[in-house]
Amino acid sequence: MLRYSFSRLMGAIPTLFILIALAFFMIRVAPGGPFDSERSLPAEIEANLRAAYNLDLPLYEQFFRYIGGLMRGDFGPSFQYKDYTVTELIGTGFPVSLRLGGSAMLLALLIGISAGTLAALRQNSRTDYSVMAVSMTGISIPNFVMAPLMILLFAVYLGWLPAGGWGGGAWNHMILPVIALALPQIAYISRLTRGSMIEVLRSNFVRTARAQGLPERTVILRYALKPALLPVVSYLGPATAAVITGSVVIEQIFGVPGLGRYFVQGALNRDYTLVMGVVVFYGVLIIVFNFLVDILYAWLDPKVKY
Amino acid sequence: MSRDETKALAPGEALLKVTDLNVRFRTADGEVHAVRDLSLQLAAGETLGIVGESGSGKSQSMMSMIGLLADNGAASGSASYRGEELLGMPAGKLRRIRGRRIGMIFQDPMTSLNPYMTVFDQMSQVLIHHEKLGRREARTRCVEMLEAVRIPEPKRRIDMYPHEFSGGMRQRVMIASALLCRPDLLIADEPTTALDVTVQAQILELMKDIRREFGTAIILITHDLGVVAGLCERVLVMNGGREMESGPVDDIFYRPQNAYTRALLAAVPRLDEAEIRRLASVAADDAAEKASAEAAGEVITRHEPKLDAAPLLEVDDLRVHFRIAPATVFGRSQLLKAVDGVQLSLHPGETLGVVGESGCGKSTLARAVLRLVPATTGRISLLGDDITAKDKKAMRAHRRDMQVIFQDPLASLNPRMTVGDIVAEPLWTHSPGMPRAEVRKKVAAMLERVGLGPQFINRYPHEFSGGQCQRIGIARALVLEPELIICDEPVSALDVSIQAQIVNLLMDIQAEMNLSLVFIAHDLAVVRHISHRILVMYLGRVVEISDRVNLYERPMHPYTQALIRAVPIPDPHKERNKPHAPLQGDLPSPVDPPSGCTFRTRCPHAVERCASETPALRILGDSLVACHEAERVRAAIDRGVSPTRTAGA
Repeated sequence: MLRYSFSRLMGAIPTLFILIALAFFMIRVAPGGPFDSERSLPAEIEANLRAAYNLDLPLYEQFFRYIGGLMRGDFGPSFQYKDYTVTELIGTGFPVSLRLGGSAMLLALLIGISAGTLAALRQNSRTDYSVMAVSMTGISIPNFVMAPLMILLFAVYLGWLPAGGWGGGAWNHMILPVIALALPQIAYISRLTRGSMIEVLRSNFVRTARAQGLPERTVILRYALKPALLPVVSYLGPATAAVITGSVVIEQIFGVPGLGRYFVQGALNRDYTLVMGVVVFYGVLIIVFNFLVDILYAWLDPKVKY
Repeated sequence: MSRDETKALAPGEALLKVTDLNVRFRTADGEVHAVRDLSLQLAAGETLGIVGESGSGKSQSMMSMIGLLADNGAASGSASYRGEELLGMPAGKLRRIRGRRIGMIFQDPMTSLNPYMTVFDQMSQVLIHHEKLGRREARTRCVEMLEAVRIPEPKRRIDMYPHEFSGGMRQRVMIASALLCRPDLLIADEPTTALDVTVQAQILELMKDIRREFGTAIILITHDLGVVAGLCERVLVMNGGREMESGPVDDIFYRPQNAYTRALLAAVPRLDEAEIRRLASVAADDAAEKASAEAAGEVITRHEPKLDAAPLLEVDDLRVHFRIAPATVFGRSQLLKAVDGVQLSLHPGETLGVVGESGCGKSTLARAVLRLVPATTGRISLLGDDITAKDKKAMRAHRRDMQVIFQDPLASLNPRMTVGDIVAEPLWTHSPGMPRAEVRKKVAAMLERVGLGPQFINRYPHEFSGGQCQRIGIARALVLEPELIICDEPVSALDVSIQAQIVNLLMDIQAEMNLSLVFIAHDLAVVRHISHRILVMYLGRVVEISDRVNLYERPMHPYTQALIRAVPIPDPHKERNKPHAPLQGDLPSPVDPPSGCTFRTRCPHAVERCASETPALRILGDSLVACHEAERVRAAIDRGVSPTRTAGA
């Protein structure tokens, strides 16, 4: 197990390096630079700025300096948010995104798994069809349509909830963005759960459990649920990483000061270090969550051993 | 034991009484009437065998009784257990009978246990729910029961997961789980079908012990008449959802009244008969089969190979070793010796049978001979040409001389190709210049020969039954007019009557075309029926080669002797009187085989020498045998004393 973890971490290093290199050179290929604005700066000032941020060095040297900084845990200064380092920006944005995304993911798991299980148990019934219809809607309506509709209904017409803002993380500010974030996840998770649950319920060992006269509740919760959740678990890794690092669209629409917002603004402003910082952070999270999923898998499936 | 709710049976009262049971399924193609007016009675402690082929309704009748029909099924009629009606009983009440008063075991022990729970976790659920025991008491009871089904080290093994047990051990766990509440009825649905014959013998022996120890009544559902003959007191034969015949086991086997029963009995080859009788095919639906069905039971003269001609196939010291990737990045790779020094020769027109337990390397041997897996060392020569190291292109010319028939008839046909194309494909590859009209003519003639009319030529494989698919596979193999066909378990997936048709077909074709066959199967009776000579394999090595009569009458190797003893014979007297000493244990791991003679760990006659020295194949009487002690063992058997293990072994 320890040995496995170690070799996985070693294996992550080349992946991360390739990710960093790709992101670093791709954003440099994009036209424009961090100091372009409507009013062009005097040439000397711009040259000074470029020298201060090492942008006058050859690209490969900038790359190795950046890698060197990363090794020391230094993401560099932001080009746009002066006085802030990228580390500080991630440090303020990530907790917000984590709280929002984490709640959304928990909600999605709770509702998705129960709805999927329910649909599987009453296969081809009215319950099944309505769960599947709702989940189809959840998948097909993009959240940039769903979110404004929800704001319109609950904030503007009904006036129950605030239309936007974070309010320091107050619960009433969280409800709408959490639901908007969770909806598509609920849809995916319930469909996955339903499919695998139907398969597991048809399996021979479930038939054995029924032949032993065990109550249906035991058969489902103790025998069927664990194997039925395996596909959900493998979906969960990348999905959780994506949701907790901030949804660009949702954070923008609800005005939530999370990580997603920095990503968009960083990219638009050619804030090289900020974009790179978010990319690296996101990459590390994806790797970590996939690793956690594999560990969880080994715990769920006794045949998997590391 | 809580027997509080169950009243004693009045004398003569049936434990189970089924009257006019009907089971129907609603399907997209209309209603399927799976069980029709079935009636039966079972006394306490009695053993009833329900025999039938797939689709005969034998399983569904039992499943309907205990409320385990699929959602689209419905049962009518009556099934009363101790005077209580089971059909229509409220689910909660039925659950208290199911698993507690009536236990069930299923065919496939690999999938019938929950792979995600330890043996204890799943076994204890039964006691927790039915007897409201705590975990500690449940544990004691589970360990006791595992001991009763003879699982070694039950205290330690109870915390393992099913995949850490062998197939036979898993079936023991299944039986133990079914017996936990001491049911008075055990329904066993094909309990040994997925197991090797040696393991089957162990499980059947265990079921006899259980009947004796616990007095459990048993309903044994099976397609195997041999299994029924040894275990059951009464037999019920089913076909197409109906009872064909029922009665005491001796009546069914020695005085069958029903035509179907008689045909079923004549459809299975008998290991205990030296002469070869033509097998009966029950489901005779086309004219050719009807004609051959009339010939069923006749003693036939076997097509004899020309033994003086040069051998068609020669295999010398063939080894196929696989490197197994390590479990972790830093682990070591291991060597799996699937085939480890096999030699054989095959003459034109001869059939060589290959038998052995699963995992002994039979299929790898076939694949290596076909050059589908590379040989590690050794020499394979076909028609005098060494083909061991030929490259792909050079090999293609030889491939038309050797064809193959696979085990799974449907999976070995391309589902996106029509039958005509499937059979024509070898011609496209090997005779690319052949005119289309000629290809079509050849394909039609070949399909006709295997008993499929020209109307099938444009259909797809899924429209055919398993037996028909296997005919298509045979036609595909025959269309190039090869010298040699390797049949890798060609009848294992088929019902007995279909098996009989395919075996008959292969034997007819061999006589017509002077074909050579390598016939791989785990069913010793079928192998003996079709083969001239038989090769017995154990852990990648040949332990004995002998002709079909000699192998059964004077087996030399202790493994061969054990295999033959393990095969159930469809003859109640012979089955009851034969010595019951099933081969113990399971096949050792081929990754880490025992030193010296690999069979010594399970051999009752092993001596010290067996551990240090690998026995070579040597001539003994009319056989080739690889055993140091063969003479001593054989002589002891001939004197009628059971040879004992020498001290120090």
